[in-house]
Amino acid sequence: MGLTLAEKILSAAARQDARSNEIVIVDVDVIAVQDGTGPLAIEKAKELGGKLAKPAKTILFIDHAAPSPRAELSNAHKGMRAYAKTSGAVLSDVNQGIIHQRLIESFVSPMDVVVGADSHTCMSGALGAFATGMGSTDIAIAMVSGKTWLRVPESYRINIHGQFKPGVYAKDLIIYLIGMIGADGATYKALEFGGEAVSNMGLPERLTLANMSVEAGAKAGLFASDEKTRKFLESVGRADDWCEVKPDEDGTYEKVYEIDLGTLGPMLAAPHTVDNSLKVEEAGGTKVDQVFIGSCTNGRIEDLRIAAGILKGRKVSNDTRLIVTPASRKVYMQASKEGLLSDLVEAGATITAPGCGVCVGVHGGVLGDNEICLATSNRNFKGRMGNPNASVYLASPATAAASALTGQISDPREIGA
Amino acid sequence: MEKLAGKAWKFGDNISTDHIAPGRFFHLRTNLPELAKHVLEDADTEFASKVSAGDFVVGGRNFGLGSSREHAPQIIKLAGVGAVLAKSVARIFFRNAINVGLPVLVCDTDKIDEGDQLEVDLENGMVFDRSKDIELEFAPLPPAMVTILADGGLVEHFKKHGGLAIG
Repeated sequence: MGLTLAEKILSAAARQDARSNEIVIVDVDVIAVQDGTGPLAIEKAKELGGKLAKPAKTILFIDHAAPSPRAELSNAHKGMRAYAKTSGAVLSDVNQGIIHQRLIESFVSPMDVVVGADSHTCMSGALGAFATGMGSTDIAIAMVSGKTWLRVPESYRINIHGQFKPGVYAKDLIIYLIGMIGADGATYKALEFGGEAVSNMGLPERLTLANMSVEAGAKAGLFASDEKTRKFLESVGRADDWCEVKPDEDGTYEKVYEIDLGTLGPMLAAPHTVDNSLKVEEAGGTKVDQVFIGSCTNGRIEDLRIAAGILKGRKVSNDTRLIVTPASRKVYMQASKEGLLSDLVEAGATITAPGCGVCVGVHGGVLGDNEICLATSNRNFKGRMGNPNASVYLASPATAAASALTGQISDPREIGA
Repeated sequence: MEKLAGKAWKFGDNISTDHIAPGRFFHLRTNLPELAKHVLEDADTEFASKVSAGDFVVGGRNFGLGSSREHAPQIIKLAGVGAVLAKSVARIFFRNAINVGLPVLVCDTDKIDEGDQLEVDLENGMVFDRSKDIELEFAPLPPAMVTILADGGLVEHFKKHGGLAIG
């Protein structure tokens, strides 16, 4: 019997045949924490008394509160910087960007096992790595031992066919999929994406799909590593890190879903769960007080190009405000070189430093009572953007840019690029 | 393992880590006793002041979905909660809860109402609702998690065995 992607990667990491539902102890290749979970992981790692097993592959990201808005957080950052010096861990400081974007740019390779103290660690699955989020204690164990324990997940195969229609993107697809299977529809499972549409997709789209796999409860969102993956790694100066990874043709899947992109239109995830999915027209005209374009899900250069393409030469509505956060320094600089930042600022956007602050309600863009935000991020839970009395809709960068122009939820196909 | 007894505090489906440990208190993550004063605040603003030691958090489907913040089960435990009962539990929360020594039990919580007096027999997998005089069976924990919980959490497990001794 053949192997799924999850079984293939975990078998190699466990150095044994690792089939669904088996418990395995695996070597980890990349270990990551951020400033919300890192201090606790560091405390536990110190308690375990250990030197780091893989210091060059243990990365401490300061991104959730970057630059720091409060003294308590500045002190936590000081602790992380000091620990990086004494332990040899790699520090990704306030100027560098969001953990998951930085991981795929600089650290993760196909076939890696990646564990991160952040739930969206699953984004690295787009590179053909087994990447999953865990809490600080699990990560501390990985930091000092270089290992973790995992139950090999059963896989759901998501076959995607056809082509996106104009104005429709990977974000619409993942919101549709989560709406279909539910916010707990893939709990403890791996989502393995495939089909000819996935082969044709670039990495940015695969990253958006892998990123939000956890919003269906999944342990991982996995993609084969192919020629597109190689080109992406080449584009970030890491061509040598590429290898091919693909599932066997006769792997066993617990469920198989077929999705035809031709039937898909722009989608929304309405408050307060990600599986509360709607077609954009079902909430069209809803007034939005803020639009946010950014996050690990949709803060890449391709997303900023889409947004700037819609907003260039136009003005954000006086009835709303637009915040744009490039996902990393690399994305920020590229957007600057391409003139996207000036297009966006001229249209009325506020550009913030790369990071997570707006998405998680830590700082920047905190909503007022009864306000509504349309965001390109990954969660719309109650209180998510800093206020339990506010509401968040999730959508694609195109829908976000269209809605920023009108001040209400708008269909990007009706605005025109 | 000991028997637990206390009162049920009932919550609905999809109680997220943002309900449990809201992002606006991010700066308190290095001060868990202070963060615990806000536990579950976005699901029930009064919860932290109402809960007593030994009480139970009783959720619906998909309890603990969302973030990897281990602070969520940590502050539920710090608030004195003896165990979380739910119809289903999100993966990372489940793992974190066991790692910090907070039992999480999957059972049919629809039968339990707010304020019911519960007893939990961890060893035999039973919940007794004394207010309703009913018994609910809960799914046994996976063996790996029984080992971690019995060792007193993942850090203690690692220290005791000099590494991971699971599977």
